[in-house]
Amino acid sequence: METHRIRAVINGREITSEPGVTILQAARANSIRIPSLCDHPALPPSGACRVCLVEVEKNPKLLPACTTPLTDGMVVDAFSPKALAARKAVVEMILIRHPLDCFSCESNGRCELQDLAYELGIEESPFRDDGDVCTEHELDDTNPFFIRDMNKCILCGRCVRACDHQSGYHAIDFQFRGIKTMINPPVGSKLEESDCVFCGQCVQMCPVGALTEKKAVGQGRAWQTKTVRTTCPYCGVGCQLDLHVNGDRIARVTGTEDGMPNLGRLCVKGRFGYDFIYSDERLTKPLIRVRKGEKKSPDDEFREASWDEALDLVSSRLNEVMQKHGPDAVGGVSCARSLNEDSYSMQKLFRMVFQNHNVDHCARV
Amino acid sequence: MTNTIGEFAKAKLLFCIGTNMTEAHPVAATYLKNGVRNGTKLIVVDPRRQELADYADIFAQLRIGSDIAFLNGIMHVLIKENLYDKKFVEEKCENFEEFAEKIEEYPPSRASEISGVPESTIVEIARMLGTVKPAMVIYTLGITEHVSGKRNVMTLANLQMLLGNMGVEGGGVNPMRGQNNVQGACDMGALPNMFCGYQKVDSPEISKKFADFWGVDSLPGQPGLKIAEMINGLPTGRLKAFWIFGENLVATEPDPRHVSHCLNSAEFLVVQDIFRNETTPFADVILPSAAWSEDDGTFTNTERRVSRVRKIKEAPGEARPNWWIFKQVAKRFGHEWPSNSGRELWDNEISVLCPAFAGVKFFRLDNIGGIQWPCPNEEHPGTPILHKDGKFSRGKGLFQAIDWVPSSEQPDGEYPLVLSSGRRLVHYHSRTQTGRAKGLNERMPEEFADISVQDAERLGISHGEVIRVKSRRGEVRIKANVSKRIAPGMVWMSFHFWETNANHLLSGDLKHFDPDTMTPSFKACAVRIEKIA
Ligand code: SF4
Ligand code: SF4
Ligand code: SF4
Ligand code: FES
Repeated sequence: METHRIRAVINGREITSEPGVTILQAARANSIRIPSLCDHPALPPSGACRVCLVEVEKNPKLLPACTTPLTDGMVVDAFSPKALAARKAVVEMILIRHPLDCFSCESNGRCELQDLAYELGIEESPFRDDGDVCTEHELDDTNPFFIRDMNKCILCGRCVRACDHQSGYHAIDFQFRGIKTMINPPVGSKLEESDCVFCGQCVQMCPVGALTEKKAVGQGRAWQTKTVRTTCPYCGVGCQLDLHVNGDRIARVTGTEDGMPNLGRLCVKGRFGYDFIYSDERLTKPLIRVRKGEKKSPDDEFREASWDEALDLVSSRLNEVMQKHGPDAVGGVSCARSLNEDSYSMQKLFRMVFQNHNVDHCARV
Repeated sequence: MTNTIGEFAKAKLLFCIGTNMTEAHPVAATYLKNGVRNGTKLIVVDPRRQELADYADIFAQLRIGSDIAFLNGIMHVLIKENLYDKKFVEEKCENFEEFAEKIEEYPPSRASEISGVPESTIVEIARMLGTVKPAMVIYTLGITEHVSGKRNVMTLANLQMLLGNMGVEGGGVNPMRGQNNVQGACDMGALPNMFCGYQKVDSPEISKKFADFWGVDSLPGQPGLKIAEMINGLPTGRLKAFWIFGENLVATEPDPRHVSHCLNSAEFLVVQDIFRNETTPFADVILPSAAWSEDDGTFTNTERRVSRVRKIKEAPGEARPNWWIFKQVAKRFGHEWPSNSGRELWDNEISVLCPAFAGVKFFRLDNIGGIQWPCPNEEHPGTPILHKDGKFSRGKGLFQAIDWVPSSEQPDGEYPLVLSSGRRLVHYHSRTQTGRAKGLNERMPEEFADISVQDAERLGISHGEVIRVKSRRGEVRIKANVSKRIAPGMVWMSFHFWETNANHLLSGDLKHFDPDTMTPSFKACAVRIEKIA
């Protein structure tokens, strides 16, 4: 069925779009930028922050791009003097209560509020009086995965929608009223005792420094890290991860927003389970058993060996066994956690070199 | 999976059986929840009232190991009430008559008696399946880790053929593969009867193709041994030398004492891993491997999607990539292997040898992200849905007449409860990785045995109390988690922690394994629980 396409102009560019989308969605689909804050492409729109106000011809009032449907013939300007002035005022209002300790903030360099203030040329809020800065809330670092600094929260609600829509829980919501408003699990309970499964989706979606990963602290600024896309090492869903890497350290992990199948979503293991690779307990040298007696015993020790020695031993012993008992006396199991290329190589070794098909992998899938 | 995870969010009906998705495949479960919110109907079948049940339109708490009887009962109603897809059955399938005769023996009354699911629920489920089309069947190890694992899977295939739910979006038979690359390990031919790309070792043409490509005179035509046969072949001398790559067999196979005994009988044992674990003490040689993020290559997810895994650092010390280790051993047997990286292995060997992966190349993965096989050429976008338009790989879909048989170890007077086991959210298997990730271990520092409120009351056990769980193999002491989600007569445990590992209780005896797949009965074992104090 041919659907009627909508024609419109956004920031001076003519576009066409399928019906039923918002101005912001149409702009994004056409790579046209409209500043926004509470909106995120992966989340349902909420219209909470008013940063996305745009001027639309024939409309006396500015309209929020993230919740206003695009209609035929609309002429939209996100950077008209009126829209700019409104946006500036909106951000200045947010900055009345927001602490300006960007220096020590984990989100410095990837904070969407900081970027907006910079773009709009705001140094500090002209509306701010002494004592306005939010110090209401105690820092919450009781859970093992992330820190919640509600003083920095701008109440955009992205975390609430992330929890609901992307994680399928409802562990947190707006609590209390007026200047006491904050994001919390149900009144009186701590996150650890709520439905929260610590997937950290709320952290990934938070545009400011209100929610930050514990293990990322001090691991490097946004501009010091490079992003490497990879695949999660845990379950068969195969989520795509962006590793934020500083030198050879993973500073933090986020879900790849356009990666299939997870579209930015992760669970607790994929997001927080990466640091086993840095463990001091890693095996770092080939080890050869030193028998105390004739037979193997639990008291035997292992001594370090060179690769040449270890590989020579493996090859000669396997060869011996095969000479004595035939090729079928050797078998192996491959690893369902490691790379395709590793499993391929192992079965090649058994089939081609050892001349048997005794190769399998863990049945416990 | 014949279909994709993303379809969970827009399917008409999801039929989830034996899958604890919110813990074992958490991100997949988020799509399921999106679907339910958008009006997708959900049927959940599980011996535990696990989280998915909270979202279900119909929940059936069946007895462990009764799956075939239960499913046959549903199909009985579908046939009797003419709710099946006659056109699909006639045009796309064969052997319907024999199958229907077998189904005749499973009226809902009998299915109910065996499964413990009320007759009315069985009828209700059948009617929903018969009227809301299509439905995706989704399952995990709750289906396969039984003596009847393979027959359970075939029964689900019967159901989807009967409903005509194959080869369509929002349909299909969808096993959620457990480990990140268990799909890939199968794809790569870490199987005793298949080369990589599911090419049979006993086919002379295929065998010749591989022999020619690898530059050897010939390859053996007999399939090899399965993992359980290898382990059990050690004490009998059938196998003398054993190479364990990356599997902590002592902790993850049933009955660690038995596995230890087997490994101890090996004349020569190689263990290749990234950490010492419960299995390394039995090794003659331990080879240190590069871990995830220390080498370039690919994983294949449960949707057959091949995705890149990238290197960000060198392996510590002298640890080396796994493929490098195999290559060095081949060299000592006089074979120079050409490939020197994951990219070369995939692009120049794997994708050349396997028609299903022919169009998957590293440059494409780097440009467009993952690709779902089959992907026959470099212009092909990949295949999200298998058997499109009812075309099965063998031509027509084959109905199988399948009987229910009880689990191999039935509860009795001495061991009156049934233990089932699996994974929990924050940990993975024997915790060699999650136990070393900050936060995860703090979140769940110890294991529990989940028991029902009724059994707890009967034995005077309170929540959090340390109890004894005992089987014919052994016993563990473990804290009780008294839970409303557990049916009376059942115990549920994970295998994440060594001391409280459920595997201590399971049997390594092959009579408790699926005779076809040699998969152990991780989900069914008779136990008794005792109060200690
Ligand atoms: S961690 Fe996940 S479950 Fe917990 S509040 Fe954040 S989004 Fe919700
Ligand atoms: S915690 Fe972050 S995401 Fe949540 S409302 Fe506050 S600023 Fe927005
Ligand atoms: S992030 Fe979680 S759901 Fe995704 S692949 Fe990793 S373990 Fe599985
Ligand atoms: S982005 Fe539109 S109101 Fe916040």
